Amino acid sequence: MIRLEALNRTFQVGDESVHALRNLDLQIESGDYVSIMGPSGSGKSTLLNILGLLDRPDSGRYLLDGTDTVTLSEEERALFRRAHVGFVFQSFHLIPRLSAADNVALPMILAGVDPEIRRKRVQTILRSLGLEDRASHRPSQLSGGQRQRTAIARATIMNPGLLLADEPTGNLDKHSGEDVMNTLESLNAQGITLLVVTHDPDIGRRARRCIHMDDGGVASDRFNASTTPDAV
Amino acid sequence: MRFRDTITFAGITLLSARKRTGLMLVAMAIGVGSVIVLTALGEGARRYVSNQFSSLGTHLLIVLPGRVETTGGHPPLVGGTPKDLTLNDAAALTRAGSIRRIAPLSLGSAPISYQQRERDVTVMGSTTELLAVRNLALAKGRFLPPGDPSRESAVTVIGSKLKKELFGNGAALGRWVRIHDRRFRVIGILKPLGQSLGVDVSDTAIIPVASALSLFNTHTLYRILVQANSRDAIPKARKTIIELIRKRHDGVEDITVISQNALLSTFDGIFRSLTLTVAGIAAISLAVAGILIMNVMLVSVSQRTEEIGLLKAVGSPARQIQQLFLIEAGMLAIAGATIGVITGVAGVWAMDNALPRFSLSVPLWSVGAAVAVALLTGLVFGILPARRAASLDPVQALGGK
Ligand SMILES: Nc1ncnc2c1ncn2[C@@H]1O[C@H](COP(=O)(O)OP(=O)(O)O)[C@@H](O)[C@H]1O
Ligand SMILES: [Mg+2]
Repeated sequence: MIRLEALNRTFQVGDESVHALRNLDLQIESGDYVSIMGPSGSGKSTLLNILGLLDRPDSGRYLLDGTDTVTLSEEERALFRRAHVGFVFQSFHLIPRLSAADNVALPMILAGVDPEIRRKRVQTILRSLGLEDRASHRPSQLSGGQRQRTAIARATIMNPGLLLADEPTGNLDKHSGEDVMNTLESLNAQGITLLVVTHDPDIGRRARRCIHMDDGGVASDRFNASTTPDAV
Repeated sequence: MRFRDTITFAGITLLSARKRTGLMLVAMAIGVGSVIVLTALGEGARRYVSNQFSSLGTHLLIVLPGRVETTGGHPPLVGGTPKDLTLNDAAALTRAGSIRRIAPLSLGSAPISYQQRERDVTVMGSTTELLAVRNLALAKGRFLPPGDPSRESAVTVIGSKLKKELFGNGAALGRWVRIHDRRFRVIGILKPLGQSLGVDVSDTAIIPVASALSLFNTHTLYRILVQANSRDAIPKARKTIIELIRKRHDGVEDITVISQNALLSTFDGIFRSLTLTVAGIAAISLAVAGILIMNVMLVSVSQRTEEIGLLKAVGSPARQIQQLFLIEAGMLAIAGATIGVITGVAGVWAMDNALPRFSLSVPLWSVGAAVAVALLTGLVFGILPARRAASLDPVQALGGK
């Protein structure tokens, strides 16, 4: 379970300080599916980065499964991300010189997981995402949808409890975007907590809970009656 | 992260930036290679000089007329030229303690001819002892016969080169040659030994010392060569010689005694520090390579900013990222050093073959030192880029900033 209390994050731009998050309070249940929408600059990415322990708030509390994360050291936060958080980015962030399989394996390589276990796990996850015949391809040899699914495989290879996707369909056409959303939602159906930042109202509407942000705060917070996305 | 995975990851990264990697390898290889080549040359020169000395003979002391050294404490020699070294001086030394043998030496240049062929050569006058004192060896025949040194005798032992030039492939033993205006019978031919301290023994004629003195119309010896009983006896032999000659020369110390070992260790020291100096200068090129590695790695860090952000996002702590970049630098250094060692050793080998009279080999310590310095350089200059990579803010790095 995620709990944010009076969270503030400001950025210094020249003489001006930009309030990216203002006194934000939020609670998200484990296994939930949340979409975050809002105008550009409203603080969506900043929120996601803080939730994923990539960034730290200036003030406020962030409790993750009961532990206060603000006091964690850099190394502790990195190891926490490794074990519990998966990131999916708009621009994929695949390493161009590595094959799809190696890109997927990267978190396990960094964690020092046994190569044999790694190989099996990568194989399984690539198969489940329909990428088994792309394993040895470089990112440049993959389509946009395939790249994003490779990135999703990488984000989930360590079996994290929390999956954070920042505009995952932003660089994709309608069809590939649909594929990617289905993939994310099926992972949520298996129990992962899913947060998706999106500009697309059609995609936002699919989530169980829709949060609208504006100027660093929550403008509206709505629970959908239907808990099953209509695409499934 | 497993060590093998770290190596693989760094290796893939290095291979994917071929030009950059190649440039750094070349810089490193030049540094290491030049250290190896220059130390080999320095060591070769040292060994060359040291061999020259030992080819002179073992436990050798050389007595020459006149005070060359100025030893502190003694009043300077006032008035008069030093007394000549004579055969009698040499004979007196024969009976002294700590001394095994002595060989008086008279030296001059004279024409030597056989039939129509004539050459100007160095003529050495000495005794039968010269063979042992100077470590000479005979190819054919025998050396000067033993006997009273003051007796003349018309025999000569010639060097191998001189033999070739006078007799070609024909027989020389027993033939009569003319030195200046006298006839000498060839009784021995020396083995080729090469150059020894400027005198090419293969191009000399050796005759009995009395004959040489009379040939050059003098009674002054050029040198007296003394072989001490042992290495430890050298200082004592030296003292004895000085004492004896002083007594014989009216109490004036008018000779110089050079001991081969003292000279040798002086030259040894000079060449060793020369080698180290040259190696040190070559090591500067390693520092240049290090600075190049640092700059290229800094560029690489800024080009790979997003990737570093991604590594952090998937759970790589700063410490691990620093390690990754350091290992990259270390691998570059090791690979560059390996190439440098191979080319350096190959270069030394080629030079060794090209210079037959000068034996060159790579001292093992220089390989070790060069590789160690290369590795150290890579790591020291890799630290700054690695730190910079590790300290990037993950969110900003992901945004390419
Ligand atoms: N590193 C930064 N430096 C300065 N300002 C920033 C930085 N990151 C975000 N901001 C500012 O914070 C606000 C929120 O940014 P962000 O969370 O990226 O918004 P969104 O993702 O909703 O578009 C924006 O005004 C943005 O300009
Ligand atoms: Mg954003």
